[in-house]
Amino acid sequence: MKSLVNDWVARPGRWFPVMAVTLGLGLAWVWASAVPAAATTGGLIPSPREGFLAPDFTLELLGGGEVTLSELRGKGVVINLWASWCPPCRAEMPAIQRVYEKSKGRGLEVLAVNTTFQDSERAAAGFIQELGLTFPVPLDRTGAVSRQYQLRALPSTFFVDRKGIIRKVIIGGPMSEATIQTAVEEILEEGG
Amino acid sequence: MLPVLQVGPLAIQLPGLLLLAGVWLGASLVEKQAPRLKIPAAALNNMIFLALVLGLISARLWYALRYLSVYLENPLSLLALNPTTLAPAEGALTGMLAALIYAQRKRLPLWGTLDALAPGLAAFSLAVGFSHLASGDAFGAPADLPWSIELWGARRHPSQIYEILLAGLVFAVILEARLHAPFPGFLFLGWMVLTAASRLSLEAFRGDSVVVLGAVRLAQLISLGLLLAALLGLHLRARQTVRHPS
Repeated sequence: MKSLVNDWVARPGRWFPVMAVTLGLGLAWVWASAVPAAATTGGLIPSPREGFLAPDFTLELLGGGEVTLSELRGKGVVINLWASWCPPCRAEMPAIQRVYEKSKGRGLEVLAVNTTFQDSERAAAGFIQELGLTFPVPLDRTGAVSRQYQLRALPSTFFVDRKGIIRKVIIGGPMSEATIQTAVEEILEEGG
Repeated sequence: MLPVLQVGPLAIQLPGLLLLAGVWLGASLVEKQAPRLKIPAAALNNMIFLALVLGLISARLWYALRYLSVYLENPLSLLALNPTTLAPAEGALTGMLAALIYAQRKRLPLWGTLDALAPGLAAFSLAVGFSHLASGDAFGAPADLPWSIELWGARRHPSQIYEILLAGLVFAVILEARLHAPFPGFLFLGWMVLTAASRLSLEAFRGDSVVVLGAVRLAQLISLGLLLAALLGLHLRARQTVRHPS
């Protein structure tokens, strides 16, 4: 058996018919599994991962008013889920603030969604004031948005491009300013 | 899907851990091939280590080059422990180039070295499958089958399971073929044939394919090209062996 196999594969001429059959079957398979481009881009389905539409939400803001994600189409949006008791969240907020100040003129919005269901509004307000943060802070009081975004670790950050598609997901932190800035460059250039 | 394993206060990123396990398993398998192929094991190990380290460092540098002004302002961010700020393709190419240069300097035989790598590459592919299962990446096309899984908002082909099964099969075949390879290069080219054929078949069930020419899955075209190239390689190696039997 062994030498039979060896003899077979060692004959150079044997490989040509194999290549011809492979080419034929391969092309047939490629043709059979062809799909319209729209069928594989996850872009139309809302799901909290790269390449998908960012799940939409409407939340009240700290200090009054409300925000709806889908109304921010045309802007790049950074969605950062945080809590006041989470040290890495605290560590990365100043960097997010700096990137926000630098890039908001080019169409960047930051939504720092406080996971209020596991935090308190008062602590959140104190945190924002202490660090001098100026971007909107939506309050996830029921945990619905955290569930929608399958929150697994704090902080979690979703970079959403101008068309509402998630381009990058960073779970955990703290993120460095350069990490945030490069991700922001990506969402501002795509579909810009 | 189990992307984060919580062990006390530690949040372990399971997909990364599985890839690391794959690298370790792969590298130790490669080392074991050395004596049979009469290649110095130390040189082989150094080559893998060099490729991994230089690949990783250069992946970060290539990424920083893309956003040069950002990194010039914060040069320390070059050291950030964040896998999303890497340029994987450029890093992999640089790593391979480094391995090639090292192998040439150490005068390692090309085909023998590639053959030694084959079982390790097959083991690593298997680890990649498990890592996809943990992260939910490389997900399947929506389908309503008895074995469909609920993932990313739809019932889908369990493409990660298909990937693991086929990679397991390829691994088993390579381990067996190792013992009776008729000529140098057979094992590596055989691994390439099987791996390209796997991707070519499995890509059809994926839900995240890059589509070109309106309808064709790009990964399938590339796989078919590599598959034919590997078969041509087998023909050429067989011909050379017939002409110059060692």
